[in-house]
Amino acid sequence: MDLDPLLLSRLQFAFTITFHIIFPTFTIGLSAYIATLCVMWMRTGKQHYRVLARFWTKIFAVSFAMGVVSGIVLSYQFGTNWSRYSAVLGNVVGPMIGYEVLVAFFLEATFLGVMLFGWNRVPPWLHTLSAVVVAIGTTLSAFTILSANSWMQTPVGYEMRDGIAFPLDWVAIVFNPSFPYRLAHMVTAAYLTTSFVVLAVGARYLLAGRHLEHGRTMLRMAVGFAAIVAPLQLFIGDQHGLNTLEHQPLKIAAIEAHWDGSRPGELVLFAWPDETTETNRFAVTIPHGASLLLTHSWDGLFPGLKSVPPRDRPPVLPPFFAFRIMVGIGMFMILSALTGVWLWWRGRLFETRWYLWPAQYVWWMGFVAVISGWIVTETGRQPWVAYGILRTAEAVSPLAANTVATSLVLFVLVYGIVFAVGIYYINRLIARGPQDPAVEPPNTGTPAPPLELGRKVFVETG
Amino acid sequence: MESYLPVIWAAIIGLAVAMYVILDGFDLGIGILFPFAESDHERDQMMNSVAPFWDGNETWLVLGGAGMMVAFPLAYSIILPALYLPVIFMLLALVFRGVAFEFRWIGVTSKRHWTFAFAVGSTLAAFCQGLILGGLIQGIKVENNAFSGGAFDWATPFAVLCGLGLVAGYGLLGATWLVMKTEGSVARRARSEAKLLLLVVLAFMAIVSIWTPFAFERIAVRWFSLPNILFFWWVPAATLLVTFATWRWLETGHEVLPFLATIALFLLGYLGLLISNFPYLVPPSLTIWQTAAAPATHVFMLMGTLVMLPIILGYTIFVYWIFGGKLREGEGYH
Repeated sequence: MDLDPLLLSRLQFAFTITFHIIFPTFTIGLSAYIATLCVMWMRTGKQHYRVLARFWTKIFAVSFAMGVVSGIVLSYQFGTNWSRYSAVLGNVVGPMIGYEVLVAFFLEATFLGVMLFGWNRVPPWLHTLSAVVVAIGTTLSAFTILSANSWMQTPVGYEMRDGIAFPLDWVAIVFNPSFPYRLAHMVTAAYLTTSFVVLAVGARYLLAGRHLEHGRTMLRMAVGFAAIVAPLQLFIGDQHGLNTLEHQPLKIAAIEAHWDGSRPGELVLFAWPDETTETNRFAVTIPHGASLLLTHSWDGLFPGLKSVPPRDRPPVLPPFFAFRIMVGIGMFMILSALTGVWLWWRGRLFETRWYLWPAQYVWWMGFVAVISGWIVTETGRQPWVAYGILRTAEAVSPLAANTVATSLVLFVLVYGIVFAVGIYYINRLIARGPQDPAVEPPNTGTPAPPLELGRKVFVETG
Repeated sequence: MESYLPVIWAAIIGLAVAMYVILDGFDLGIGILFPFAESDHERDQMMNSVAPFWDGNETWLVLGGAGMMVAFPLAYSIILPALYLPVIFMLLALVFRGVAFEFRWIGVTSKRHWTFAFAVGSTLAAFCQGLILGGLIQGIKVENNAFSGGAFDWATPFAVLCGLGLVAGYGLLGATWLVMKTEGSVARRARSEAKLLLLVVLAFMAIVSIWTPFAFERIAVRWFSLPNILFFWWVPAATLLVTFATWRWLETGHEVLPFLATIALFLLGYLGLLISNFPYLVPPSLTIWQTAAAPATHVFMLMGTLVMLPIILGYTIFVYWIFGGKLREGEGYH
């Protein structure tokens, strides 16, 4: 069997980045939530908020560590496996990644130390400020990396000289046409994902009859927030889609499985797109639906997959199905958030078992939606790694297949073990629940007690 | 303008790498010394002494890599595939080391697995960084501005020597850090470990310093020709002096000076490597000028870097100051 190093490098990048995206998605939202809890503690003085903040901070720390180590892998993978990408596009994309490190990574990594370990070393205002700074850092990170990725989707402000990209206009490069939409869409997705995790945890505690006050707080905050943000995300997504139609019409054609651009587009609810026959099999459609959504007119036309030769088309199956998964989850989120708000308004949120029981199991949905969305946007961009400039197939490093096969297998093994354990441990932290102050012995700061007693103190505190 | 921008950027990347080696050096050193601690309580203390700092420290590695991509994309695109396997193994080792910081405290029966992961991850990461260093010094095959060699070009006794030397070096940094930050049995053991490691590191530095001019003519010419030898003789002399001073300070109970002296030792070794290899970024064929990014890129990145680096150093020092002094009971992970 002849292994193809290009395919192996693609698989490796896809695998490592899919794992990685789970963690920043969670930490962007969670850091904002923890910062909010810290601020509420400072303003109201209620210990309750401090306890919740400490509880979520422990979970945050585990997720953040996994995000950091998987992120370092990506920053080096641009060079190890995609060296031609780096050589050709480094002049433009390099600074955006460089700024991510300077402006975001150092900030969040450094102040994380105070946030995790500074509870008793710094005054409360400085600790809260550190939590806020970490939250800002995660968002700045999203800003810079999405600018870079968006430039790959909608490249502007550059020129090619002898096959190498040279920057001409940095403002145009950073604020490229798809960037604002993709930034809004991703950051909103992160907050929405986190709110469903908090929702699930709150529901779990209420059903178990434990940590009731904390459970109610979490449920209220999550449901209220999601009820605003989930419908907002639908609007942002729609705007993003219209922007994509303008700049990457083939991606939209793949999402809609729209083959023939000379006819109005049907809204394909379900089908099996067949690339050999260039048709959709087993199609369940709403006629003119896609034209309505995308062009706001019954007979509106938009480009189809057949408008370019097959070698310039993206694969159809991944964007098509991933999009439907993402939208399906999004609709479910809107429905469940609005239902929750309605129950809250009727004063029945905390007692309604038919709502709480499934709610405790929804924590994974935001993550699946985010991964699906990224599959749409990245596979939909193919065969280009930078749209219209460089094909993915031309961007790969000169490595032997065996070498890449080795690293791919190792990544799958290591990530599989480490991240499965991480999720298991986060679940264990959730099962333990917030530690109320009544259980915490005071931190006296006196010299070390004997070993056994000392370890008990360490286990209980925080 | 165009000819000195790459020099400025080489200095910035050089600074980032130096910061990384020193800061993550002592974190990794803690893990390297883990097998020699006598109890989990001691290992807890060792880990807690670096708990608030390790993430910020490791970020300098990302700056080094991303910085290379920004400033010298051609070099980045050649060096990383050339040293693929050591880089991959380093990254995997860092995955284990990084999560072990958190995981070690959550599992009850699995604590010893994550203790093992922390020790092995730290040691392997250090060893791979040494392999990368050795592989780079040895030179990389380039054709048509791309890596043209094989997957194991880097695998030589010289690279292994560099790997082992760096493990010892990081161990020394970790040991002198513990002397500074901890008390009791941990600090006492660290002090004697530091003395041993000091001798080991000196031996490795001596071997590398003799090996490289014999093995690589360009390095022999750089050091031994006139007038160069007049400019550079003080580097090995200073190295011996600093080693002697470190030994004395360890013997006489100083707590902070050994760590600072170890940093000086690392900087001297680093300077030696720079003297040997400048201006080649991809030895032996490509210089910093040949692999540089577009001037527009250098300028754009430089503006932000000149603003951000002092700010970063400022808040980094601030956080080290917040957690200054000896490790306190009950602090850190638990």
